[in-house]
Amino acid sequence: MASNEEILAGLAEIVNEETGLAPESVEMDKSFTDDLDIDSISMMTIVVNAEEKFGVRIPDEEVKNLKTVGDAVNFISGAQA
Amino acid sequence: MPRKVVITGLGATTPIGGDVPTMWANSLKGVSGARAIEADWVEKYELPVTFAAQITTPASEVLSRVEAKRMDPSTQFAVVAAREAWRDSGIEDVDKDRLAVAFATGIGGVWTLLDAWDTLREKGPRRVLPMTVPMLMPNGPAAAVSLDLGARAGAHTPVSACASGTEALHQGLELIRSGKADVVMCGGAEAAIHPMPIAAFAAMQALSRRNSEPELASRPYDTGRDGFVMGEGAGALVIEAEEHALARGARIYAELAGTSVTADAYHITAPDPQGLGATRALKAALFDARAQAEDVVHVNAHATSTPVGDKPEYTALRAALGHHLDQVAVSATKSQTGHLLGASGAVEAIMTVLALHERTMPVTINLDNQDPEIPLDVVTAPRDLPAGDLVALSNSFGFGGHNAVIVLRSI
Repeated sequence: MASNEEILAGLAEIVNEETGLAPESVEMDKSFTDDLDIDSISMMTIVVNAEEKFGVRIPDEEVKNLKTVGDAVNFISGAQA
Repeated sequence: MPRKVVITGLGATTPIGGDVPTMWANSLKGVSGARAIEADWVEKYELPVTFAAQITTPASEVLSRVEAKRMDPSTQFAVVAAREAWRDSGIEDVDKDRLAVAFATGIGGVWTLLDAWDTLREKGPRRVLPMTVPMLMPNGPAAAVSLDLGARAGAHTPVSACASGTEALHQGLELIRSGKADVVMCGGAEAAIHPMPIAAFAAMQALSRRNSEPELASRPYDTGRDGFVMGEGAGALVIEAEEHALARGARIYAELAGTSVTADAYHITAPDPQGLGATRALKAALFDARAQAEDVVHVNAHATSTPVGDKPEYTALRAALGHHLDQVAVSATKSQTGHLLGASGAVEAIMTVLALHERTMPVTINLDNQDPEIPLDVVTAPRDLPAGDLVALSNSFGFGGHNAVIVLRSI
């Protein structure tokens, strides 16, 4: 079971790999679209990579609810529990 | 008179150089870009052909990691070449609504397509990348170049197999002459050195099997030729309405004086042995350029080094240029670069432009015993062109019976 800090760090790594954004810019309160400028195609790539990394399933209909990095961290954390 | 169109920028990434100056220097020296493929899949699939002409400078050295990740290799090559051509043109200020793209490919995003199929079979649909479709679509290179330049006067993708790159110049010329654009980024890109296309081209007996001597394998017009050598890369040319180029004080390489595209309607892959479609293309391109056969001094031939392909081109040149063909110096640069398929026309157009601009012609290598049925004056050692007004041609022919010819005039 990964801690929220570990999930955030892992997510930051995935975002960096996909977009080139510095991992430290991926913070809990950042919006994927408004702050990090991540488009829907990149978001789906990030979601699928996160599923593999954290061993969870993030349903497509759930993705639209993941507005901030914190939303994603909390969802992954909950799905792992 | 139609608007005059000139060439003001050149860019390339090829098996004999990762940019135009390197490619050009090597093309005068006579360097082969063919070598053994260093990939585990050659042995794994027991491919009958184990070599190719691969680009010398990986796109990853030019593009950022994130840029490269979202592009098929064919698109990566297109963007690398187009950025060089754009810088070379020196254009700083242009109306983007009057800037178009005509960027060709013969095959499209074959690596992306087949990788995605492997992923689907091995890991399931969830793991197929969301970027797969825009990466595999054949208009990917044109779209990416349009996005990169902000070109909004249309992004076009002529697809006519190995004639595609030349057809892109035809399309670009038409866009400027018809008044739809003032500047067009033309070119072609190909990245098909993948086991499946190699197996497929080998299955049709199109590829050289000279596995032990890759650098000697591409030998147009030689009696020992046994097929073409797969190449990869991209070429890009900025073409521009003359008045637009003059107004900004541009360096002009040559005039794109005329073009023509015809179809054989003879056979899906075999060239018409009489070269009738190619002859019509040559004559029509000269007419389009208001040029006479007697004006032509140099031809960059399609000449892929296949036993059946090289001769019909000679027949067509003879029919179109008559006795004057004996005064024409011919270069077959695929002897050096291999066959870049949908990019070949663009790369060879650059070679031809530079031949006129630099007044010297690229050489043909590996011509040890010239086929007596193809009595062309082939440039095998560095040879200069005279001063004065000169006309040169570049030919490309593609599976499907496509014939494309461009006519270039010196400035």
